[in-house]
Amino acid sequence: MSVGLRIEAVERHFQGFCALDAVSLDVAPGELLALLGPSGSGKTTLLRLIAGLDHADAGRVLFDGVDANSLTLRERRIGFVFQNYALFRHMRVFENIAFGLKARPSATRPPEGEIRRRVHALLELVQLAGLEARFPAQLSGGQRQRVALARALAIEPRVLLLDEPFGALDARVRQDLRAWLRDLHDKTGHTTVFVTHDQDEALGLADRIAILNKGRIEQVGTPDAVYDAPETGFVCGFLGETNSLPVSILNGAAQFSGFALRDAGTLPDGTKAELFVRPHEIALSEPRPGLLTGTILHIRRHGGIRRADIAISGLIKPLKAEIAPDIAFSPGDPVGLALGKAHVFVGQ
Amino acid sequence: MSEQRPATPPLPPRERVGQEHRLIRAVLIVVVLAFLSLFLFMPLATVFIEALSRGVMPYRAAILDADALAAMRLTGLVALVAVSVNVVFGLAASWAIARFDFRGKNLLISLIDLPLSISPVISGLIYILLFGAQGLFGPWLKARGFEVVFALPGIVLATVFVTFPYVARELIPHMQSQGKADEEAALSLGASGWRVFFRITLPNVTWSLLYGVLLCNARAMGEFGAVSVVSGRIRGVTTTLPLHVEILYNEYNAPAAFAVASLLALLALVTLALKVALEWRYREERALSR
Repeated sequence: MSVGLRIEAVERHFQGFCALDAVSLDVAPGELLALLGPSGSGKTTLLRLIAGLDHADAGRVLFDGVDANSLTLRERRIGFVFQNYALFRHMRVFENIAFGLKARPSATRPPEGEIRRRVHALLELVQLAGLEARFPAQLSGGQRQRVALARALAIEPRVLLLDEPFGALDARVRQDLRAWLRDLHDKTGHTTVFVTHDQDEALGLADRIAILNKGRIEQVGTPDAVYDAPETGFVCGFLGETNSLPVSILNGAAQFSGFALRDAGTLPDGTKAELFVRPHEIALSEPRPGLLTGTILHIRRHGGIRRADIAISGLIKPLKAEIAPDIAFSPGDPVGLALGKAHVFVGQ
Repeated sequence: MSEQRPATPPLPPRERVGQEHRLIRAVLIVVVLAFLSLFLFMPLATVFIEALSRGVMPYRAAILDADALAAMRLTGLVALVAVSVNVVFGLAASWAIARFDFRGKNLLISLIDLPLSISPVISGLIYILLFGAQGLFGPWLKARGFEVVFALPGIVLATVFVTFPYVARELIPHMQSQGKADEEAALSLGASGWRVFFRITLPNVTWSLLYGVLLCNARAMGEFGAVSVVSGRIRGVTTTLPLHVEILYNEYNAPAAFAVASLLALLALVTLALKVALEWRYREERALSR
């Protein structure tokens, strides 16, 4: 049932503001893809465009090679789960889920008994059996979310679209639902695109992630690929915590105040660039000649790990580094820093 | 061993927020009650007392008088048409304003409120100027057998004009606050435009629509100024209830005037009761849907 989705050079402008700028993206049948980006990056606009709730100023959206513009909303068969679920408040759960089936023209509408059977199967699937007579107002946030999902699944969607599916839920429910949604996707195999601004959600749930910034796609790849091999400074900075240092390329190395921190790859000498390094890629030791040195400002505990803020002369923001449990540093101590894996990008 | 401390009473706060002096409260309440009784309760009571001053039989006679009955029928008919027209107009206007962005939207919102700021007499005169014997379209229509002014169409037109903000004004903020997500959800589920309207849009605004209809109806039945200009006061033919009251009063038939007026007063009381009931239901629904 699920189809592949292709987005070709789509553009969307809102009163002089470019929400989507030549965005192209392929989603394989049965794939679970995350659109990740900060607010205003265009991710929801792209999702609405795929759904047919908005139109592109240029470019095409294709379902299995068919231009979506040649299809009506009904023919597109998109299951859309809205951020605030948009449940029909005056209808009971059963009527909400049955809405899409009952709205079909009489030629393709299943008979009453079949609708009833399907709604109950969906209630079973989203683990809400027994709640069909409730009104949306009588459900918890997580339950509403699942009703919205069941309602979208009822029309046997070719593509399932979720707008910030966990945005309105508290942290614990969010964790549970994330695992549950992954299971559900593995069971049903719908081509699914979801929008999120939470990198943990995207990394933990999606097969692939498309990272958007200012209406452009910065990078598309598996969670491992985008996390371990970011292609731009934005991707590096957006996926998890990172430190950045201004560097200049000299003798084939990225240098910061005279220290060669990393080889410069293909960048020519004289280039100004930015070096990104994650806190756990900084190893702390006693200061030694040839090591970048700094002073520990303070140390804080984040669950199982300890974090130090280290002041470096010539850098306004202190660097964040992880401290191994067996190393005894105190605030005020001078430390030497050795960088592990780091990324160098030119210009932002 | 704990040391026994002398119990010191807590110092009373110098100021308590929201706890104004008792005297101020009492004065305010008395002022409000006095104002209400002077301007609302006493006149309302007077209507009923005057109406029944000569006993029940004259009251019955005044109400069952042929002209009074004709006025009731006319008032009901005018209100029915005006409310229906304004429900359609109000839904269309609020839909357009809440769902679409277009040039001149703010102007449209201001224009909808226009009848509230125009004196009803002017509203009536507009129709005389347009459809009267010397009016713009009057002679043309008259030549084809259509009487607008001093006839039912004129009364309906004037009433529609005066009452058209009421439904739209209730619906616009409600529709705007609800956003369009519900409708988009229904559309993406494959519902047709009509189905979305009747199954989603309309049920979502039921209460504010009823509230608007109630206010619109009360105003339509009670409208005096605009209607008095266009009606021509042909007794038993173009007199609505408020006009009938005035005619009786001008004929020094105060008991009959008050008898008919008591019907309008009753309408006001029923409207008030329904309004309170609707607000209750509506608030409950609002609380549930949050």
